[in-house]
Amino acid sequence: MNGRTGEPAISVTGVDRVFGKGRKQVVALQSVELTVAAGEFVSLIGPSGCGKSTLLRLVADLDSPTAGEIAVFGKGARQARLDQDYGIAFQQAGLLPWRTVAGNVELPLKLHGAAAQLRKARVAELLELVGLTDFAKNHPDQLSGGMQQRVAIARALAESPRLLLMDEPFGALDEITRERMQNELVRICAETGAAVLFVTHSIPEAVFLSDRVVVMSPRPGRIAGVVDVRADGLAGAHDRTERARDEEGFFHAVAEVRSLLHGTPVPAVAAEGLEK
Amino acid sequence: MAVVDSTVTRDTRARLPIAEVRWSTVVAPLVLGALVVLAWELFVELAEIEPFILPAPSAIWEQVTANTANIVDGATVTGRNALIGMLTGAVIGVLGAALAGSFRFVDQMAAPVVAALAVIPIVALAPVLYSMFGAAVNTGRIIVAAVSVAVPVYLNTLRGIRQVKTVHRELMTAYAASPIQMIRAVTLPTATPYVFTGLRVASSLAVIAALIAEYFGGPIGGLGKSITSSAASSNYPLAWAYVTGAIVLGLLFYIVTLLVELWFSRHHKPGG
Ligand SMILES: Nc1ncnc2c1ncn2[C@@H]1O[C@H](COP(=O)(O)OP(=O)(O)OP(=O)(O)O)[C@@H](O)[C@H]1O
Ligand SMILES: [Mg+2]
Repeated sequence: MNGRTGEPAISVTGVDRVFGKGRKQVVALQSVELTVAAGEFVSLIGPSGCGKSTLLRLVADLDSPTAGEIAVFGKGARQARLDQDYGIAFQQAGLLPWRTVAGNVELPLKLHGAAAQLRKARVAELLELVGLTDFAKNHPDQLSGGMQQRVAIARALAESPRLLLMDEPFGALDEITRERMQNELVRICAETGAAVLFVTHSIPEAVFLSDRVVVMSPRPGRIAGVVDVRADGLAGAHDRTERARDEEGFFHAVAEVRSLLHGTPVPAVAAEGLEK
Repeated sequence: MAVVDSTVTRDTRARLPIAEVRWSTVVAPLVLGALVVLAWELFVELAEIEPFILPAPSAIWEQVTANTANIVDGATVTGRNALIGMLTGAVIGVLGAALAGSFRFVDQMAAPVVAALAVIPIVALAPVLYSMFGAAVNTGRIIVAAVSVAVPVYLNTLRGIRQVKTVHRELMTAYAASPIQMIRAVTLPTATPYVFTGLRVASSLAVIAALIAEYFGGPIGGLGKSITSSAASSNYPLAWAYVTGAIVLGLLFYIVTLLVELWFSRHHKPGG
């Protein structure tokens, strides 16, 4: 299922991002190396201010690195953005309040000149996917936060991107809605086969969703370690079910991520998974 | 399977928030108005004020009913000038703000001109305009109204353009949208409620400008002309009747633009 061959979806080499000059200088990212294979689900986790959003924005070409290289499907980040190789969802849903739900999902298709007939069919399909068919004609201010976030995800999926960039898309949701959204995201990713770079603050969320969890440390923002969840005996992210939350491997991976986050020595068993 | 969401408002179109207006908001000023008129009537009668100083409301009302057709005619002329001026001024204001919002140098060039226009009483230009375009046409009056409207619409629209959210801007960048697409899909809709706020503020200005411009000459017809000529022939209650017409006209402009403003800002509440 995971297209492990061919070009990686994301390849970040030796990236630094420094904000400001002189004494006010902030090193948001330092020597970051990261590869996300096609179809792979990778989470970024770390304390606030460690540069997760900055890294995601660099991949999305909403910002440029101070040093280093970023390639998306073998192209420069800018070219990938111009070619619309990724879909993006932010922490805020960022829906246009004057457009209906359908109008919001339709936006990227419309901007890129898809025919009306095609747009209509695709929007219907996407709303079905996120379970909002009945709300197509509502405006965002008539939806709950979770529903708005689902619209934003449908919008990010509109052009069937091979890569999804998501910055804490479930950050504002309650635990119940959040788990439901996670289940949906796993299902959607399995259906579309997209690679995902997913920023989160939640360890269980990162472990449940990902093939690999990238743990970052702050000041300067750096990659502290990578936990391969599959090495803990969990199915690949695309084949995961809700039950994975109760499996032993799940708790094991959670413990590994936690120890990396807190900088405590990694338990002996977990260390193996980290070496590669 | 789709997720089931239990409680949601199912009306798909937001309505104007008129239903939320409380009775007291409407009744209180009406009561006050009635009291003022009553006090005015009694004051004029008891103090035996001469009509050229202040006619009684009843005398004014008599003139209003006797000259309804003339008042409506005058209001049509003045209202037409104000309306054409307002629409022209609105278009100029919006286009100007769109340019100033897109190009910094336009903003910087326009800022002092707009500041100057904002403090100059535009109606003072009316006599000059009459000699430019000829006193037989309404062009001068329309221009005066248009310039008075363009300034607040420009300022409000520019403010609205600056309210574009970072998420929306970055989303459009992520979509590799062109500058024109950005303006059409995000900037203008964001600014729309502000445009109409500007227009509401400007609506009374448009009527006032069109009316006062008539005081300085120009063709016959219009409430302003009627007010001056009635006053000149010492028919004060009639002059006041035309003033009443002007007040109604101004209110009409205000209410219509207010409703339009409410309509266009109905989805600009929190959320999204
Ligand atoms: N535009 C900017 N200008 C200056 N400094 C910035 C800018 N953007 C980010 N930073 C700094 O870079 C660092 C990393 O920020 P970033 O937003 O990437 O953190 P984060 O890991 O996403 O945090 P959070 O989990 O709170 O969202 C922070 O110290 C922040 O102050
Ligand atoms: Mg962040």
